[in-house]
Amino acid sequence: MSSAVNPLRDAQDRRLPRIAGPSGLVIFGVTGDLSRKKLMPAVYDLANRGLLPPGFSLVGFARRDWEHEDFAQVVHDAVREHARTPFREEVWQQLAQGMRFVSGVFDDDDAFRTLKATIEELDKSRGTGGNFAFYLSVPPKFFPTVVSQLKEHGLSDGQGDSWRRAVIEKPFGHDLKSAQDLNSVVHDVFRPSEVFRIDHYLGKETVQNILALRFANTMFEPLWNRSYVDHVQITMAEDIGIGGRAGYYDGIGSARDVIQNHLLQLLALTAMEEPVSFEAKPLVTEKMKVLNSVRLPEDLAAHTVRGQYAAGWQGGRKVLGYLDEDGIDPQSGTDTYAAIKLEIDNRRWAGVPFYLRTGKRLGRRVTEIAVVFQRAPHSPFGATDTQELGQNALVIRVQPDEGVTIRFGSKVPGTQMEIRDVTMDFAYGESFTESSPEAYERLILDVLLGDANLFPRHQEVERSWEILDPIEEHWERHGKPEQYPAGTWGPAAADEMLARDGRSWRRP
Amino acid sequence: MNIDLTDTTSGQINTALVQARRASGSPAIGMVLTLVIVTDEGNHYDALKAAAEASKEHPSRILVVVRRPGRSPRDRAKARLDAEVRTGNGSGETVLLRLHGELAAHSYSVVLPLLLPDAPVVVWWPEDAPEHPSEDLLGTLAQRRITDAAQTEDPVASLRLRAETYAPGDTDLAWTRITGWRSVLAAALDQKQMKITAAQVEGEAYNPSTELLALWLAERLRVPVERIVSEGPGITAVRMETTDGQICLDRADGSLAELAVPGQPDRHVALQRRTTAELIAEELRRLDPDEAYEEAVRFGLSRLGAAVTASEPPAGGGPAGGATAMGDGTAAEGAAADGTSDGPGSDGGTAEPQAEPQPVATRKTTAAPEAKKKPTGRRSAK
Repeated sequence: MSSAVNPLRDAQDRRLPRIAGPSGLVIFGVTGDLSRKKLMPAVYDLANRGLLPPGFSLVGFARRDWEHEDFAQVVHDAVREHARTPFREEVWQQLAQGMRFVSGVFDDDDAFRTLKATIEELDKSRGTGGNFAFYLSVPPKFFPTVVSQLKEHGLSDGQGDSWRRAVIEKPFGHDLKSAQDLNSVVHDVFRPSEVFRIDHYLGKETVQNILALRFANTMFEPLWNRSYVDHVQITMAEDIGIGGRAGYYDGIGSARDVIQNHLLQLLALTAMEEPVSFEAKPLVTEKMKVLNSVRLPEDLAAHTVRGQYAAGWQGGRKVLGYLDEDGIDPQSGTDTYAAIKLEIDNRRWAGVPFYLRTGKRLGRRVTEIAVVFQRAPHSPFGATDTQELGQNALVIRVQPDEGVTIRFGSKVPGTQMEIRDVTMDFAYGESFTESSPEAYERLILDVLLGDANLFPRHQEVERSWEILDPIEEHWERHGKPEQYPAGTWGPAAADEMLARDGRSWRRP
Repeated sequence: MNIDLTDTTSGQINTALVQARRASGSPAIGMVLTLVIVTDEGNHYDALKAAAEASKEHPSRILVVVRRPGRSPRDRAKARLDAEVRTGNGSGETVLLRLHGELAAHSYSVVLPLLLPDAPVVVWWPEDAPEHPSEDLLGTLAQRRITDAAQTEDPVASLRLRAETYAPGDTDLAWTRITGWRSVLAAALDQKQMKITAAQVEGEAYNPSTELLALWLAERLRVPVERIVSEGPGITAVRMETTDGQICLDRADGSLAELAVPGQPDRHVALQRRTTAELIAEELRRLDPDEAYEEAVRFGLSRLGAAVTASEPPAGGGPAGGATAMGDGTAAEGAAADGTSDGPGSDGGTAEPQAEPQPVATRKTTAAPEAKKKPTGRRSAK
């Protein structure tokens, strides 16, 4: 952007927000859940915070027989229901004038011609300057059709110095091969630097805070290595089942759905070295370095576990087992729980296992990173004094109740020397804004600004599949997932997996 | 919970705070700053309401200092501290302090023991700010001192005062109010490079934000900026003359503005007037000195005086009145102000050669686009 020559901009003037340049957003699959619950509200919230350029335009593309006004009404309802910030008529007016709807299916040339005309019309009437981001909120099987249509109709290349960007959502393939195919399809049309892969976890404040916590402070980083850390547990647990996602979920499973992207990204951020700067490139470099050092355990049977939830009681409600869910093959071997052990072969982490686990219908919804420290090498206290003392831990709570907990031992008041675990807590909600921006707000703004550092690059995606593929292949060949009652913390085998290493899972 | 303490001390208030925190079951302190509001009995309700709203975004300990020096000599000779400790409603803690009699002049001694350890302090005078916020005893405690020129008898004069007594950490809500305008104007210039030759800012009388916006434009663009009085609400329009035509941001109704840029379609921009709570929340977001404000408001010190003389030629004294009032810190700007007759050479570091510093001109509603509107009374800038 031309901010360097804009006389009204000044680096010292920190009140002025980064406003995206003139641009528009085209959403394919605009009738979907994600679009209604996340994207549209995020666009409104951005506008409400004054971060969208004047004339910002939103184009919906879907197979509905809608007029522009119908579309605007749908957005209006979605915003009313889901937006984070209060509804303001004047903000809505500003947005509504730039809303367009294009009706059609993805292989319909007419529809894409209309889309092109719409974009040209917007450039004229709204001053979007030819800058458009195409958000593919559609199942990946449609990606090739959509991107090749964009190319064919000359929509994928901006005129002059305007830009065209593609935004894609996970899943980025289901194994290395398919991920590479997908990348080549998309990169065939859009330059790699113009492709933004959304991993909404990376847009979360707490995840960005991992880097602040580690690299802006001095008190944690000296301990952040094999000399002090015993092991790391990264957990993403959901209390819900698969809901209406049977069609997508069966055959994919939790490891592909969660570990490949979210958990490996969290691992990379937790374990990586300090990047040279927080630009996209140095960040990718460091993340790739650490992902490249990830080593799988040799005995996959002993160090990986998968499970499937069985009928049970979850938080006071009786719920179905996975195999009884609508649309699921009763013979299905899909995992709804997965736990794996990874090692990182570098000087900082050699010998420190990283345990990753995820699952559906677990005890409660929680995502956290727990860095568990070694016990003190020598204790001057008697064994009975420290009986209740566990290992020190630093826990980054990603969601919900975002924050950081530090656990350490403290003397219990009284005449005897007795030491017990206590926690020191930092809660985001307590120290900062009541409502931090939604991940999607941040990510959509970054797409419009062309800021790529919160988006995984294709190398990372492919490397993550390289890590996961052998595990999936092993599971494919050996046995079936173990059943665990819904509402518990996963199959017994997962506990055994840690017990073999002399450790145990934290109850998050 | 609420704890009322009559004839108390800061120590007892601290005990009450700990007690209240224990009682609510969350002994940890997550608050990030102490906000001291200096006000009087009549105004504290609104100020506290806004601050409590803002503390949802920035959990803080809010200390409201209500001074009651007393009306009779007997009252004035007494000294008593009453306090109301409120916790548990929303985030943070609130202590309402009533300083009676002689104590009213010694609020520092009451506030100091009640500050959160190691956390930044912000002092806000919703009205009746001291002349030198940074030299005020309470002000010395603070990283950030918030005043509000709009709440004074003579907003423009108090802007001048703010400029004269500026110290890093000072800020004014009149400045906060124009962030929206400034970001839209900056965004308009992001899109296309255009050479700006002159600008106009139009807004209500007695609205110091209008002056500040004019000053900011003048300071950043180094072009003559004219201030036009309209009937409001607030700021109503900004026009920037460019070689390609006029950039116009027009907000007639106080909420939805229209942006016109040469060569581009007209567009609507939401530009609502914000509540005090939102302004305070924005103020608390950054606690480092606001250099942009400093540059804008101090630019005014040397130009506002000149401005009126420019629009009223025979008014006598020339720019000297404004210039002599400056402190030593502004010597450079003083030179620049005097340099209006010296031509471009005196303008030192600034890049644009054609832009010699220009006065901010002030004039009434007689401009062509505003011809129908009735002139609002004469502004009292001297």
